Amino acid sequence: MSASSISTENMSTSAVTAKESEEALRYYSATQWQLIWWRFRHHKAALFAGTVLVVMGLCGLFASFLSPYSAVNRDKNYLLGPPQMIQFWDQKGFSLRPFTHGVTTKRNPTTLRREAKVDPDVRRYIEFFAHGDSYRFLGLFKTDIHLFGVEEGYLHLFGTDDLGRDLFSRTLFGTGTSMSIGIIGVVIAFILALFIGGVAGYAGGWIDYTIQRFTEIIRVIPVIPLYMGLAAAFPKEWTTMQVYFAMTLILGLVGWPTLARRIRGQILSLRDEDYVVAARVAGAGAPRIIGRHLLPAFTSYIIVDLVISFPYMVLSETALSFIGLGLRPPAVSWGVLLQAAQSIRTIQHAPWLFIPAIFVVVAVLAFTVLGDGVRDAADPYSVSEG
Amino acid sequence: MSEQPHRLMEIKNLKKSFPLQTGFLGTGGTETVIAVDDVSFYIESGETLGLVGESGSGKTTIGRSILRAIEPTSGSVHFEPREGEAYEVTGLSNREMKAVRPHMQMIFQDPYSSLNPRMTVRDIIAEPLVVNKLLKGTDIDKRVLEVALRCKLNVEHLRRFPHAFSGGQRQRIGIARALVMHPRFIVCDEAVSALDVSVQAEILNLLGDLQEEFELTYLFIAHDLSAVEYISDRVAVLYLGRIVEIAPSKELFFSPLHPYTSALMSAIPAPDPDSPMQPIILKGEIPSPINPPSGCHFHPRCQFVQTECKTMRPELKEYKPGHYSACHFSDVMELPGASELGESSSIRTSKIRSSN
Repeated sequence: MSASSISTENMSTSAVTAKESEEALRYYSATQWQLIWWRFRHHKAALFAGTVLVVMGLCGLFASFLSPYSAVNRDKNYLLGPPQMIQFWDQKGFSLRPFTHGVTTKRNPTTLRREAKVDPDVRRYIEFFAHGDSYRFLGLFKTDIHLFGVEEGYLHLFGTDDLGRDLFSRTLFGTGTSMSIGIIGVVIAFILALFIGGVAGYAGGWIDYTIQRFTEIIRVIPVIPLYMGLAAAFPKEWTTMQVYFAMTLILGLVGWPTLARRIRGQILSLRDEDYVVAARVAGAGAPRIIGRHLLPAFTSYIIVDLVISFPYMVLSETALSFIGLGLRPPAVSWGVLLQAAQSIRTIQHAPWLFIPAIFVVVAVLAFTVLGDGVRDAADPYSVSEG
Repeated sequence: MSEQPHRLMEIKNLKKSFPLQTGFLGTGGTETVIAVDDVSFYIESGETLGLVGESGSGKTTIGRSILRAIEPTSGSVHFEPREGEAYEVTGLSNREMKAVRPHMQMIFQDPYSSLNPRMTVRDIIAEPLVVNKLLKGTDIDKRVLEVALRCKLNVEHLRRFPHAFSGGQRQRIGIARALVMHPRFIVCDEAVSALDVSVQAEILNLLGDLQEEFELTYLFIAHDLSAVEYISDRVAVLYLGRIVEIAPSKELFFSPLHPYTSALMSAIPAPDPDSPMQPIILKGEIPSPINPPSGCHFHPRCQFVQTECKTMRPELKEYKPGHYSACHFSDVMELPGASELGESSSIRTSKIRSSN
């Protein structure tokens, strides 16, 4: 190697460096998460779905503030009443403040149907930060301020159920319950899967074999009878809270095998990658290899998996509560709300009781679209090698 | 070379077999693939030992067994990084291996899969220092930069991730990682096989320069005979898990003692298209290592086969000084070598040198 050849090499390298644009440099030194985000940004549908889910989550989290009433507040004069419209004008003219008319339901003596009667003379103005039922805000402090309400009487955006409870408020509370069950269920399933799949994949041999056969046994049990059996085992005297946690546990316990298999497969395939061998040759121990080389290599897949398994959790909860095996009143979840919409009578006379189903559909669709987008963006190295 | 050459590494009776489970649920019993079958050789400090053989002959397995990247089934590896400092590598526990790891490193074949795509180049190169706690804080960065510059990477490269680099650059990152602890011994496992020919030359020259500078010893595993001839001081030829011949590079290429080596050498294409090539065409395929032939593994394909070849395993014996062969008839046979390669390859390698 001559001195002149070194200098030409260096010169050509620096010339190339000078030519490289800012953007290329940014791309070269971007971390995995930055690359994922850059690619995810271009997936407009997934971005929108993500926003929808964030909004839904926030709605659930701040349900007690956003909803005008508590989940059990009964409007005795408006049982099974249809949704009310928010208006800016009526016969009396225009109003800057939105209002609704006073309503009552009365049973029609000939048809025996409850019929809503609107009183156009009564204007109920909507006010913001209204005082209403008291609650603990995020469990921190007691307050009675709600985002909106009416001074006198009631406001029912989604109508009421047969006990006169406000469906809008109950749907918000249900959103919180159902989504949190989904989240906790997914987390439990994930922790189990990470541990079981991780041990199977990293240890290999007979440990792997045993765990795999056990996983298969769990997987071949039909899910609905299993849910039913487990749910039927809840003691009747359990509180809503206990049933709630038992539900998340059941969902988690049933949900782990698929994820565990995928984690095992990933670890198994990565264990003998050259860069893992290189780390071993360099003297790295098992914790570093797992933490630094194996897990980061498939966190993106795990996230995709979690996002995709989330709607199943939500649907399972909804289905179980719908058939009466999951959460029971007075707990409020999407499934519990839809339970009220089971009969023909409801479909005919009170279709607004189906409004929570729209939330379920939107949430599941949003999760699917989001999962799709994350999956496309998840492996930033798949196309950029070379 | 500042110190007296000594036997840096002595491998004795190294054996590695892999069990194969057959049938449904592994009930069909086990067969074993003997990947490395009783291999013994030594490597002098400061030299490059080439290890050649067909795919499946056990080259990579030997390299990885020496470094304990895979556990050898039996045999011993005696390693003396410095005079007076010796290890029996095969007998060490994982904790004891920590003391040895800094002295022996590896360069991988595939520059794409050997770098963690989720770590920056700086982190990749620094990893051996970090896990062995050899240096701390800014000393790490200083050493990483020094090694990276030596491997012709520049400062900006360190912040980037591997996906920003070409194959040759990635291989230099791999070399920098192997070099960062200043090891004595490096296994180059097909280190240039995955690269373009022009990049190969560049990497080979870099390896040569680094060897002089850091007094490195290489075990250079390859199937490309001309690359091996170019970089190696001595060459060992592997056939079906056994060493059939070890000799100083030139001698092996031009006067081989084993019929298999002779056949290999005759197959090297000369760069001159007009030169008459007379390759010895071997019969059949390399046999399966699950069920290797009796006696000399090479006997079903050997054109000089005798009855005793079928029953007796030939030992690796020294026929000329430093020239070992595992053939019953090495002392009586006159075998052709790679006569053409001699002239043209030296011209070619000198071209590589000057073009760089």
